[in-house]
Amino acid sequence: MAEEIEVAAAASSPLELLAAIVATLPGVSGTAIHYGEVVATAGRDSVLALMTALRDHEACAFEQVMDICGVDWPHRAERFDVVYNLLSVSLNHRVRVIVTTDEQAPVPSVHSIWPVATWWEREAWDLFGIVFSGQPDLRRILTDYGFEGHPLRKDFPLTGYVEVRYDPERAQVVYEPVKLVQDFRNFDFLSPWEAMTTLPGDEKAPRKQEGGA
Amino acid sequence: MSEAEPKTTKTVEIDSHSMNLGPQHPAAHGVLRLILEMDGEIVERADPHIGLLHRGTEKLIEYKTYIQAMPYFDRLDYVSPMSQEHAFALATEKLLGIEAPERAKWIRTLFSEITRVLNHLLNLTTYALDVGAITPALWGFEEREKLMEFYEAASGARLHANYFRTGGVAKDLPAGLEERIAEWVDGFPRFVDDLESLLTANRIWKQRTVDIGVMSPENALAWGFTGPCLRASGVPWDLRRSQPYEVYDQLDFKVPVGRNGDCYDRYLVRVAEMRESAKIIAQCLAKMTPGPVKVLDNKISPPSRADMKRSMEALIHHFKLFTEGYHVPAGATYTAVESPKGEFGVYLVADGTNRPYRCKIRPTGFAHLQAIEVLSKRHMLADAVAIIGSLDIVFGEIDR
Repeated sequence: MAEEIEVAAAASSPLELLAAIVATLPGVSGTAIHYGEVVATAGRDSVLALMTALRDHEACAFEQVMDICGVDWPHRAERFDVVYNLLSVSLNHRVRVIVTTDEQAPVPSVHSIWPVATWWEREAWDLFGIVFSGQPDLRRILTDYGFEGHPLRKDFPLTGYVEVRYDPERAQVVYEPVKLVQDFRNFDFLSPWEAMTTLPGDEKAPRKQEGGA
Repeated sequence: MSEAEPKTTKTVEIDSHSMNLGPQHPAAHGVLRLILEMDGEIVERADPHIGLLHRGTEKLIEYKTYIQAMPYFDRLDYVSPMSQEHAFALATEKLLGIEAPERAKWIRTLFSEITRVLNHLLNLTTYALDVGAITPALWGFEEREKLMEFYEAASGARLHANYFRTGGVAKDLPAGLEERIAEWVDGFPRFVDDLESLLTANRIWKQRTVDIGVMSPENALAWGFTGPCLRASGVPWDLRRSQPYEVYDQLDFKVPVGRNGDCYDRYLVRVAEMRESAKIIAQCLAKMTPGPVKVLDNKISPPSRADMKRSMEALIHHFKLFTEGYHVPAGATYTAVESPKGEFGVYLVADGTNRPYRCKIRPTGFAHLQAIEVLSKRHMLADAVAIIGSLDIVFGEIDR
């Protein structure tokens, strides 16, 4: 959402000041303030330099990475957002850094800056299939041993592909394809007043949105 | 050989070997599986395998409306349910641009602190149980039962409350509950004294916890520690104080901070926090005034049952709320609360529909458990158990 992002030119509040400082750091392509939170977008190649600067810059001093997570936008060319939520305990402020990537392009690991990042990165790899370069321990973490696929991707079905049960005849746990006794129900709750772009009998009216709904 | 050999010192090489602890182990606090690399009885490396309780909460929430997503938060850290509802409610409110009414804020603060006591009572007593003391658990669980009665009176459920809602709380406190809580909070400090008399100066307890699992302040920050674990390492950081939400800025309480960052300090910080929570509860009860407990906009909070009997509009609102739910404008927020275990955050991405596009839950214990690798290094196996207990780990939230 590039149009939303405006570089804070005149820093009058602490938030704007922080946004202006973050904007000068390596690799930051834009900063914005949403809901009282500073959000920065950055290129993934400069993640290591940027994160080191965020931790060591005296006006940033982000000692903690609270969370690293992925967000999947399958319609985009680079479908994943990698979101870093940083916290500074000494200066009492937060920043969110967002970089984008796809299934193949690796994001540099920040585990050398904050050791806690290892598990966050393992989780993002497990659930989204985001690859982190330089991460020596990129095992799956939350899913089952031998799990296939990345379940939090939008194209992964909610019910998954395999189900597990104990088979008394074979005296072991067996994996089988998911059998749904009832079709998976995913209701479209969008109200027709918002979802319908062309009303019946109104087809000849000039279209406002192409391919809506 | 007939002649006796000269005496030499004999070196015995003991290979390090790996050992499996859990996932079914009483000291594993749920379903923790630890692969321990042992050198004799010394832990060389601990590799936690988690995910045995993974239920795909984040994925499920993407398929539910905002109202339906709320009960999942109870089931994360099932020892402190309301604190987690709180984070989600605050995040949704931020995106919707609404604010809970005054009384709802006081009720939420009150129950956040009751939840903190509930959580610490379970943690401290089971932690003592892991280390060999049975009596604290027997006493603590009785007290927990009283608190869960308050939960039940307010929400109808002892554990999975689903009480905090976007824009307030589900319903007002029943008549007489405030007096019952006030009566309980009067006697609670004496209970904490009793509990402390069992442990704080206990020789065995101190032998098992003092100087075990020491975390320096720098390390604690780098390993993502929050809450009592961070404060035990000597970092004075509490979201209730530094980034106050609800009515915490109007309350008088202290933030206990430890000095050594060992298992004993983590225990002491939690005990002190229970006392502070009791003070906060008493203040909430004193300062609470009658008033609405949820936003009056029926597009967000359901109308009363009585209204539905009389008003067509209220009936339509009710139907629309519990089928379609409310639409949250597109945007993203990271909102965190000081849950009893530390910072519990929700990164909520809304796309303008009635369902969250992405709801990342930042579990507290996830970061703490990861640090077990450094905490238990070169400790005895039995100390690893004490360390797990002191970190306050609940697998509902770690595995999600």
